Amino acid sequence: MVQIDNQYILTELQDKFGERIYNSYEPYGLLTIELDKNSIKEVLQFLYNHKELQMQFLTDVCGIHYPQIVGKELGVVYHVHSLINNIRLRIKCFMPIENPAIDSATFLFSSANWQERETFDFYGIIFIGHPNLKRILNADEMDYFPMRKEYPLEDGTRTDKDDSYFGR
Amino acid sequence: MIESLELNTKSEKEDYNILNLGPTHPATHGVFQNILKMDGEIIHETTSTIGYIHRAFEKIAEHKPFYQITTLTDRLNYCSSPINNMGWHMTVEKLLGVETPKRVDYMRVIIMEFARIADHLVCNSIIGADTGALTGFTYVFQWREKIYDIFEEVCGARLTTNIGRIGGMERDFSPACMKKMHDFLNDFPKYFDEFTLLLERNRIFMERNIGVGPISAERALNYGFTGPNLRAAGVDYDVRVMNPYSSYQDFDFMIPLGTQGDTYDRFVVRQHEIRESLKIIKQALNNIPEGKFFADVPDFFLPPKEEVYNNMEALIFHFKIVMGEATVPVGEVYHSVEGGNGELGFYMVSDGGRTPYRLHFRRPCFVAYQAYPEMIKGSMLSDAILTMSSMNVIAGELDA
Repeated sequence: MVQIDNQYILTELQDKFGERIYNSYEPYGLLTIELDKNSIKEVLQFLYNHKELQMQFLTDVCGIHYPQIVGKELGVVYHVHSLINNIRLRIKCFMPIENPAIDSATFLFSSANWQERETFDFYGIIFIGHPNLKRILNADEMDYFPMRKEYPLEDGTRTDKDDSYFGR
Repeated sequence: MIESLELNTKSEKEDYNILNLGPTHPATHGVFQNILKMDGEIIHETTSTIGYIHRAFEKIAEHKPFYQITTLTDRLNYCSSPINNMGWHMTVEKLLGVETPKRVDYMRVIIMEFARIADHLVCNSIIGADTGALTGFTYVFQWREKIYDIFEEVCGARLTTNIGRIGGMERDFSPACMKKMHDFLNDFPKYFDEFTLLLERNRIFMERNIGVGPISAERALNYGFTGPNLRAAGVDYDVRVMNPYSSYQDFDFMIPLGTQGDTYDRFVVRQHEIRESLKIIKQALNNIPEGKFFADVPDFFLPPKEEVYNNMEALIFHFKIVMGEATVPVGEVYHSVEGGNGELGFYMVSDGGRTPYRLHFRRPCFVAYQAYPEMIKGSMLSDAILTMSSMNVIAGELDA
């Protein structure tokens, strides 16, 4: 029985994927890897089928936006969890804002379905192979992606709105 | 191609009835819309529409100082808002690297377990009400009110509590609060036994619930189920045990498990969790250590008022906290707690500013509810209602 810890996961991943793992760090003890976005399907499948790791639980998928990092503006953050070994892994994939597309994780995890729709809804990231990629929480007619950093919250003190019913 | 598609829909129209269930149907206990394609009374296909009470909490959180985000978490799962509040406080404490005193941990555990009891009582009594057994509902709802009385004694609010602070609790348990908690522990089990007798081994109730809306352990895991819904399917995953937070490792309690993953199992798992929660509260109340009820984080924990008026340092800290000027480390943190419905996670990216750079709530309802169409496929309309109430989908948490 091997000792399953962050170092073991990282070694296994680096042996298999090598250069495609750009970076890795451990904020607050949770192993985080930055991954080439074209490899996400392979890596998730590898972690799922790995006979020691068995990372078969997708906890969370969410998007993130860094407008100042050119070429890597949009990111998808996955949290996968191995319930057998009780160890988590965070995977980050970054992509340019002109072509934000990444493979969908729905081929492996049914739970990715709505979580990816949510990410698409708020960040406009296209998940290739998703069965039903449309907005989930916002209105269908919306033509922008509200969680991107260029959209500020409405200024509460603005005066150009005639909305007397709401006391503004 | 288009012609054949039209023909296809036409023939389907003849075969199936489309039923629009929701968004404001009284039987769905919240704002959920499901468009059901029905063959007689059998559900053939379901399309869920959610987002009716979406309030953009994640966006708002990017513009609020940390202590103001607590009020946003209240409104996620409003049946057990103290758990959300504590989860958020613990996330910030993890980011700051704060060690809380044991007394804070125990006080939090007590409050969180009371919240869990309230959450499960709502869910289970509603299952009873949906099956036509309204009596049980009236028996236990007064006890939910008594739990809210306890919250009121601690923080002044009942439903959306904003309980606790970053670093600890806002005040110690008062003698009146202690009395209410002990009274609850003494009196509640008798009434809860009565509720159990009414429903748990009631033949009519069992016949109605067994086999309704089942899900296998494999599918439940694949769908990202957590909490009582997952445990009813037979997977013993509980965040309190797997990744203990707030000194849960000090307490002796069981994780109830089901086998079939159907409505009855979800009901029974919640019933037993209420008993386990009572056990935890008793242990915590008996062993609660003396000491301070807050950690030493002057940047986040408001100083007492008399200090503010008489001490310059306290005044400065008070001002800095209220204006949201506190400095935080750069980093990212994921913290999860066992909420009423499962793993409630907070993923926060901090860039050192006064607000989070990115905050994502991992809402257990949102992840689990997408399995609903699969769970009710082939069942009757009345079973669909029952399945939804047994999954305890809370609209506030679903839509964030």
